[in-house]
Amino acid sequence: MSTNPMHQFEVYRIGPEIKLGSLDLSFTNASLFMGISAMSILLFLFFGTKKKLLIPSKLQLISEMSYTFVAKMINDTAGSNAKPFFPFIFTLFMFVLFCNMIGMLPYSFTVTSHIIITFMLASIVFVGVTVIGFIKHGIKYLELFVPKGVPAILLPLIIIIEIISYLSRPVSLSVRLFANMMAGHTMLKVFGGFVISLGLLGGWLPLSFSVALTGLEILVAFLQAYVFAILTCIYLNDALNLNH
Amino acid sequence: MELEAAKMIGAGLAAIALAGAGVGIGLIFGNYLSGAMRNPSAAQKQFPNLLLGFALAEATGLFGLVIALIILFAF
Repeated sequence: MSTNPMHQFEVYRIGPEIKLGSLDLSFTNASLFMGISAMSILLFLFFGTKKKLLIPSKLQLISEMSYTFVAKMINDTAGSNAKPFFPFIFTLFMFVLFCNMIGMLPYSFTVTSHIIITFMLASIVFVGVTVIGFIKHGIKYLELFVPKGVPAILLPLIIIIEIISYLSRPVSLSVRLFANMMAGHTMLKVFGGFVISLGLLGGWLPLSFSVALTGLEILVAFLQAYVFAILTCIYLNDALNLNH
Repeated sequence: MELEAAKMIGAGLAAIALAGAGVGIGLIFGNYLSGAMRNPSAAQKQFPNLLLGFALAEATGLFGLVIALIILFAF
């Protein structure tokens, strides 16, 4: 059972079964780890900004760094128009980052390795960006599908391609995060299984390899949160600054 | 052919996606390095773009994994 590399992704119920009609609203390990991630973000930022010292403590330094990191990213990719959306993108970045990082702890559960969770996050971004674009530009937002400087004979083809690529945004955004987390954790589990099956004599090679893989996975956990946030900024840039 | 055997072959074929991802990641890092060697002062500014390109290229290989998983477990 525990040697199956897919076993770590199993969702099971904790506590009593709660049913609302045909909907299963029971508290699962996925909800537990989502709560743990959200609570650790809250505690981290609360204690980081509690004593606002001129010479910051380590915790204050890290929380200020995460603030300036996201603020700079939004300013560089989406311009100063996107400043009002800072809280949303900061929340998204921190939630994905903490879910990925808490998933790296042994015996924990990676929330972002389930496609339904990443797909919900991505569709919130997609619907939100589309609504913002239509509010800001009205029907002129459809000009997004008509790139400038394209010969008229190619235009029908280009418009279809642009529409398909726009509609596939939530799918690619969610599958990227989900597949990265799932592939990484499966690979870690497979190499962990090699250590056990090769035993005391030959197990050192896969053990050292899985240490290196753990380092790579921590890099990927940060990188995927960064990519998720920066792609949200790029989509927001399309909606806010049309034809720029 | 048995359905089980065909599934296994299909899932194995989906691993070909890794070839494209390997070429992509190699191109990104190779071009970044040659660019950074020519103009080291501009290298630091392009580092976020390097990471973005790396993640985007790596994800295309992982789409192959998703297809393999769909073939194995969803049908």
